Amino acid sequence: MIEKPVIDVRDLVVAFGSRAVLNGVTFDVRKGEVFGFVGGSGSGKSVLLRTIIGLLPRRSGSIEVLGERLDTATDEARRQIERRWGVLFQQGALFSSLTALQNVQFPMVEYLDLPQRLMDEMAAAKLDMVGLRRADHNKMPSELSGGMTKRVALARSLALDPELVFLDEPTSGLDPIAAGDFDALIRTLQQTLGLTVFMITHDLESLKTICDRVGALADGKVVATGSIQTMLQNDHPWVQEYFRGRRATSLFSPANPAHAGITPPGA
Amino acid sequence: MGSPPSLVARPGAGQVELTAEGSWTVAHARSLDGLIDETVQRMPPGQPVSVDMHRITTLDTYGAWLIERLVRARENLPGGVRLEGLPERYKSLFDQIQRADRAPPVPAPSRFSISGKLEQLGRATVGFGNELLAFASMLGALVLSLGRVIANPRSFRLTSTVHHLDRVGWKAVPIMLLITFLIGCIIAQQGFFHFRKFGADAYVVDMVGILVLREIGVLIVAIMMAGRSGSAYTAELGSMKMREEIDALRTMGRDPVDVLILPRILALVIALPILTFLGSMAALYGGGVVAYFYGGMSPDIYIERLREAVSLTHFEVGMIKAPFMALVIGVVACAQGLAVKGSAESLGLETTASVVKSIFLVIVLDGLFAVFFAAVDM
Repeated sequence: MIEKPVIDVRDLVVAFGSRAVLNGVTFDVRKGEVFGFVGGSGSGKSVLLRTIIGLLPRRSGSIEVLGERLDTATDEARRQIERRWGVLFQQGALFSSLTALQNVQFPMVEYLDLPQRLMDEMAAAKLDMVGLRRADHNKMPSELSGGMTKRVALARSLALDPELVFLDEPTSGLDPIAAGDFDALIRTLQQTLGLTVFMITHDLESLKTICDRVGALADGKVVATGSIQTMLQNDHPWVQEYFRGRRATSLFSPANPAHAGITPPGA
Repeated sequence: MGSPPSLVARPGAGQVELTAEGSWTVAHARSLDGLIDETVQRMPPGQPVSVDMHRITTLDTYGAWLIERLVRARENLPGGVRLEGLPERYKSLFDQIQRADRAPPVPAPSRFSISGKLEQLGRATVGFGNELLAFASMLGALVLSLGRVIANPRSFRLTSTVHHLDRVGWKAVPIMLLITFLIGCIIAQQGFFHFRKFGADAYVVDMVGILVLREIGVLIVAIMMAGRSGSAYTAELGSMKMREEIDALRTMGRDPVDVLILPRILALVIALPILTFLGSMAALYGGGVVAYFYGGMSPDIYIERLREAVSLTHFEVGMIKAPFMALVIGVVACAQGLAVKGSAESLGLETTASVVKSIFLVIVLDGLFAVFFAAVDM
């Protein structure tokens, strides 16, 4: 049996004024995979993400997330869907008037009717899982470093145990060690919690280490999808440049076969 | 959602056997929380406990944590808790949860104890001292910057000053005229209404003239300025501070006081006397309008009475105060703007503090000037 894709985007067109940023985007994300999305700066990756989660209006095409079309869903159905996904924004988007712990508790307070003790315990456990030290749990977002902010934001996006998480450049602005840790963390959480991950990234290293499939966005269209191997063989000029460029060759060169296709869980 | 979860206890020989069933997920977290607490309380101490989990259909971090809570509750009792039949696919999730939440929680500092109150009082006192210091240092930095500009006039930022003059001066003219006009009308109307009882209509003009020129004109305009321009200064400088623009300026060898603060405060110091003059005239005009329509006093008589009642001294008293008030508003607004820390909340707090403090200081300054002018007989 082929499972329904978790995200199913068909012929999506998003335009601002007369300028079409996305012009016929089609792709799907399967259950339980880490799907990486690449594209040049300004190619509309973030626009795509924001359109999928319903922050931007689309001009035509269809988007199905977790088996529901968000635009035709009732408010109640929408809320139910929103409960089942988590979003990590590029800058973290932590609420600056709440502590790290309160930020993680926020979705719980809003969506669940739980005793305070359980919420305290769960928020602390989530922050432990993303590797934030106890001493930092009661800090305000302005007191946190970039890496810690991303961790707290990840913990908040996972607060309700979602089935699907959207990550917008999770490793941008982190040093290579922190970025590597973050990749490993996303991978571990994805495997233990059975998450589906939709990730926008510029980080070739993350693409190589944690993504099961990759989609490439150029000229407002998805020009290629597939494993890193497929991407290396693709002959679209932009994809070629991206995956065979100066920085990529050292990572993906045949002399370095360690990457050769990470098998998705259950495959 | 799955079938609701349950935890059934079966007392066995010398041990308690628990069977967990159903979907242990966030959707059922509330009932599970109660279930676990109840089970922990009911179980006899001293007996080993085993939990059979192979009938759990779905498990997430909430369910895993609640089972872990049961385990931890009996950790130090003989026998402890034995977990059996955990489905293979949830093993790593359970390991994660078992590692989590080990360290004792760091308590958030309480604010309701006596020592907490004392701490607050102490911090407020130190904070007040620091604010005075910040005000003084901003004033000092401003004087230094002004000195540098006088020594080297080419470094003066004329374009920036003119831009701010346009914002806080020219664009503020309509609202200042309207408000002072209305205030003038109101004072005159109240004057006629009450003075008429004593047949002292003529003295309304004295009151309006002296009050407007000496006090009300400058005070109203300064307060409006603190609310309109002071708050804008604080918010601008604060968000520049948040986005590290001020640090960037410093690393390029430019003093933010020279570049950002001096033009702003100078614009305020130039604009406030002009607006005070315009405002006072509008208020006197408003008084005249009311005198004609409400008090039945012809414009000729109004102007004649005004000429007798008001001397140049009254006008000077009002105008001398204006630049000082502008200075206080500007310095407070800029010092407050630089005090903004990283969060949006802090920006809001500092902007509020800027307006409240500058209005307060404007009124205090007005009082000091009243004493001073009384002493020099003006």
